[in-house]
Amino acid sequence: MGVDAGVDAGVDAGVDGGGPEVLIELHGVEKVFAVRRRAGLLRREKHQVRAVDGISFEVARGEVVGYIGPNGAGKSTTVKMLTGILTPSAGRLRVAGIDPARERMRLAHRIGVVFGQRTTLWWDLPLKDSYGLMRRLYRIPRARFAENLERCVDRLDLGPLLDVPVRQLSLGQRMRGDIAAALLHDPEVLYLDEPTIGLDVVSKAKVREFLRQLNAERGTTVLLTTHDLQDIEQLCGRVMVIDHGRLVYDGTPAGLHAAGAAGESERMLVLHLERELPAVCVEGARVVKVEGPRQWLAFPAGASAAPLVAQVAARYPLSDLSVREPDIEDVIARMYAGRG
Amino acid sequence: MHLRTGRRAGLYLAVAVGGFRRYAAYGVATAAGVFTNTAFGFIVACTYMALWAERPGLGGYDQGQALAFVWVSQSMLAACALLGGGFQEEVQERIRTGDIAVDLYRPADLQLWWLAADLGRAAFQLLGRGLVPLVAGALVFPLALPADPVRWLLFLGSVLLGLVVSFALRWLLALSAFWLLDGSGVNLVAVVASVFFSGMLLPLTVFPGGFGELVRVLPWAAILQVPLDVLLGRHAGAAEVWRALGFQAVWALLLLGAGRLVQSAATRKVVVQGG
Repeated sequence: MGVDAGVDAGVDAGVDGGGPEVLIELHGVEKVFAVRRRAGLLRREKHQVRAVDGISFEVARGEVVGYIGPNGAGKSTTVKMLTGILTPSAGRLRVAGIDPARERMRLAHRIGVVFGQRTTLWWDLPLKDSYGLMRRLYRIPRARFAENLERCVDRLDLGPLLDVPVRQLSLGQRMRGDIAAALLHDPEVLYLDEPTIGLDVVSKAKVREFLRQLNAERGTTVLLTTHDLQDIEQLCGRVMVIDHGRLVYDGTPAGLHAAGAAGESERMLVLHLERELPAVCVEGARVVKVEGPRQWLAFPAGASAAPLVAQVAARYPLSDLSVREPDIEDVIARMYAGRG
Repeated sequence: MHLRTGRRAGLYLAVAVGGFRRYAAYGVATAAGVFTNTAFGFIVACTYMALWAERPGLGGYDQGQALAFVWVSQSMLAACALLGGGFQEEVQERIRTGDIAVDLYRPADLQLWWLAADLGRAAFQLLGRGLVPLVAGALVFPLALPADPVRWLLFLGSVLLGLVVSFALRWLLALSAFWLLDGSGVNLVAVVASVFFSGMLLPLTVFPGGFGELVRVLPWAAILQVPLDVLLGRHAGAAEVWRALGFQAVWALLLLGAGRLVQSAATRKVVVQGG
């Protein structure tokens, strides 16, 4: 019951205060891990890894923020500090006014967490059993639980899955099941760590549509890490890029492209020729890499691949080809190129 | 505060029920386990018959008591997870893969959560894996089992305490994965130690001298030897029985406390693996 009162008070404060209420607040946050490495037979060297190296940002209530960066950049470490699982080595961190590491339990009632590659669901038991457990875990009043569950089941198409043991669910079904599990207690903030990883196109679209509705209707603040640029473009009004533990960009997704080298992003046509040849020459694209019989052609993301394919097919012995969409790594790589 | 405690009890009860149902979901594994326990029971029972024919009254048991010791211990074997197969491998795997992060951010006590799940599992295995071997043994061999219902109740209480001691030992084992990352080595050592020191191999009462004194006060004795002695009525009078239960309770509390210390050290200092 105390939890409810807290939530209401928070919302009021946001309205009364005029400006947007700050919900997540990081100030010079660092996380340093001591790693022991084997150096010789018995000797071990201790050295430090700065996973997060002085990050500061604020997220207002109701924002949907993408938190992106290459593998090992410090994304998950940040999310773990925001949930209170990891304690920052330095700096100040507040979520809904709570110091996560100090009051992990109290904070847990106000946040929802989905780790894309892990599950909170009970592997061997029907999906609905896990939800019953969530009701007790978060002390959700029965009426509110029933209402929230019904909404999630309806929007995420979980109806036919409720009696199915979790181990029999597909990845996309399990992910939808996990997202529902994270929302039954009406969290103010939802952290999603790679929510669309490994999902097919249809499942990705469902998850994105659900998150959009959640944010629009309930004002839930969403912080998501992803490798999928479309997650960012379709969901986030703001994106933060982290690399080597530091924030290197904080702004709109459109601005992210502008920060890239040429302004416009490029797609890649990957050709598999029948034999090794010198770099092909086609109009509207440039060869960026040759590796044996394979060649990579970059062309503007806005242009069609069809005329290029026609040109190549007419003039070169082509055995196979594929088109690669621009991804976050490319955008970030170009960002660095643009700065350098 | 009272209401809160009550609701938390409801949570851990639900976790225990889930633990029970998880194991109940695998019928074939249970049937295979029942067969194994029964087969082992016959082998060990025949060995004990030969041993007690040669040395009547060994360890203070007559032959009927020794046979009861064999069959009741076989039916407790899976529940006590003396040969592994409890939660510890699962928690070690979760630590190794980093899935433990999911457990850590839940607003619940990590140790109590897994204790509840493990007691749920044990309850299932006591029924699902314990009853059939015991009945099979009782049909074939003359077991000296008590008729007094109070003795059986005390036995069940003692089994519960033994299960908590078993959990607490395995909790330490599970947490070792925070440092070792691979638990298979320590698990093997733990199986050998617990099979011997619990009295599974031979009743601890047969060992003479200082060594016997020692093995009877180690925590493993609280898992199997003590509940069996409570059942077989080796304790003269109520005071002795309560002393035996107290011995178990002290080990349970000490080991659970040690587990909490190790746990806080683990979560404070060690990197949650992965990501």
